[in-house]
Amino acid sequence: MSLHVRSLTVGYGRATVLSDFSLDVGSGEFVVVAGPSGCGKSTLLRAVAGLVPFAGSITVAGQAVRGSSRDRALVFQDDGLLPWRTAARNVELPLALQGVPRAQRRARAREWLDRVGLAGFEDHLPRELSGGMRQRVQLARTLAQQPSVVLMDEPFGALDAQTRASMQALVTEVLSGTTTLFVTHDVDEAVLLGDRVVVLGTGEVERRRDAILAAVKA
Amino acid sequence: MRWAVRIGSLAAVLVLWQLLTASDTRAWLRFDQLPTVVEVVERFAVQIGAAEFYHDLGASLGRIMAGFLLAAVLGVALGVVIARSRWLGDLLRPPLEVVRPIPAIALVPIAILLFPTDEQGIVFITFVAAFFPILVSTRHAVRALPTIWEDAVRTMGASTPQVLFRVVLPGTLPGVFGGLSVGMGVAWICVISAEMISGQFGVGYRTWQAYTIVDYPGVIVGMVTIGALGYLTSAAVELLGRRVTRWLPREALR
Repeated sequence: MSLHVRSLTVGYGRATVLSDFSLDVGSGEFVVVAGPSGCGKSTLLRAVAGLVPFAGSITVAGQAVRGSSRDRALVFQDDGLLPWRTAARNVELPLALQGVPRAQRRARAREWLDRVGLAGFEDHLPRELSGGMRQRVQLARTLAQQPSVVLMDEPFGALDAQTRASMQALVTEVLSGTTTLFVTHDVDEAVLLGDRVVVLGTGEVERRRDAILAAVKA
Repeated sequence: MRWAVRIGSLAAVLVLWQLLTASDTRAWLRFDQLPTVVEVVERFAVQIGAAEFYHDLGASLGRIMAGFLLAAVLGVALGVVIARSRWLGDLLRPPLEVVRPIPAIALVPIAILLFPTDEQGIVFITFVAAFFPILVSTRHAVRALPTIWEDAVRTMGASTPQVLFRVVLPGTLPGVFGGLSVGMGVAWICVISAEMISGQFGVGYRTWQAYTIVDYPGVIVGMVTIGALGYLTSAAVELLGRRVTRWLPREALR
């Protein structure tokens, strides 16, 4: 499913965080938006997720975005899991909201947890898991939801270098073929993961991956 | 060793009480007026065998349960509504804020006038007492809820009722239980006071009646009974709270 952002403007109160921003993500493409903190990356994701009001237009598979929907899943940096639900019950949640019968969603949650390497941790509460494991659970939950577009907001920002590397490998593997908009302030991560990298600066800077590669090497 | 000190300390207080009262000590404080420990224990033994004692226990517990459960349901429901809806908040908060500073026990005359039976009036007083702490802590807990949880389930396609039952209610439980604990404590204060003023039975009524007929050991028996009931019901709330909030980080449990 392709995602099109046209002339997007988002403001909180008097401050304009994003102004006249446009972006296209092709079906199955993995696009990374990189930029310093405060440049409006997270706001872009929240607008696409339908969590903040915006001016301009956002369409997913030709449908205009109006409010939040299970079609656009958002993966948070941390604490995106409900702390009173076990890993398996967090993964089940999007299925439960859709009314999938209990036995069926149990089985699906188990499969997805297995897929992200967390077999055996089904009954652990989020506080009993490490930061990397919690992000794996979020990833499993997003996969179980089967959205058209996956939105990831600095999902590995709070992880140590090693865990981060293994999570990046996992994401590349499980999200290949899924339309993904990934936000990070880490240029290396952007270059590593993205089919295409968009740099969001103080102005409306939009450059191709090569430009960043050159900057990294310099 | 620490337990020995604790038990010893309690025993010392009882021995001191026995000595002061048995010797009719009068040193500004008039210990000669109070019953001795032995008299109280003897009176307790008699009471435990009497049907009336259990009838009073049942009456007070019934009033507490009715008032407290009503307060829990309405307090949580209104607390959530006021915190989540600006319009309903504007509508409901002013009258509630006007009534809130009035101690529930000061409503006894109104309760007597308003309700056809004393029983209903006492339950009403108990309800009002427990209602406000539950309402206020629920409202605060809903306001303090991290928005990230709601955002997460919204992007899973949750409807507003689903957000309410899957995120808001479970997420506010730790705060709500803080209010329930306080509410239970205040409910006991008020049910006993209301029984002393307008009851025909119940532990509070019996304690006050014992005082009016100069049965001082009976007064102490009543006091100890009230203390035990208060302790047990508070412990029950605490235990239930711990069970439903096991997911909290350990340091928050104390």
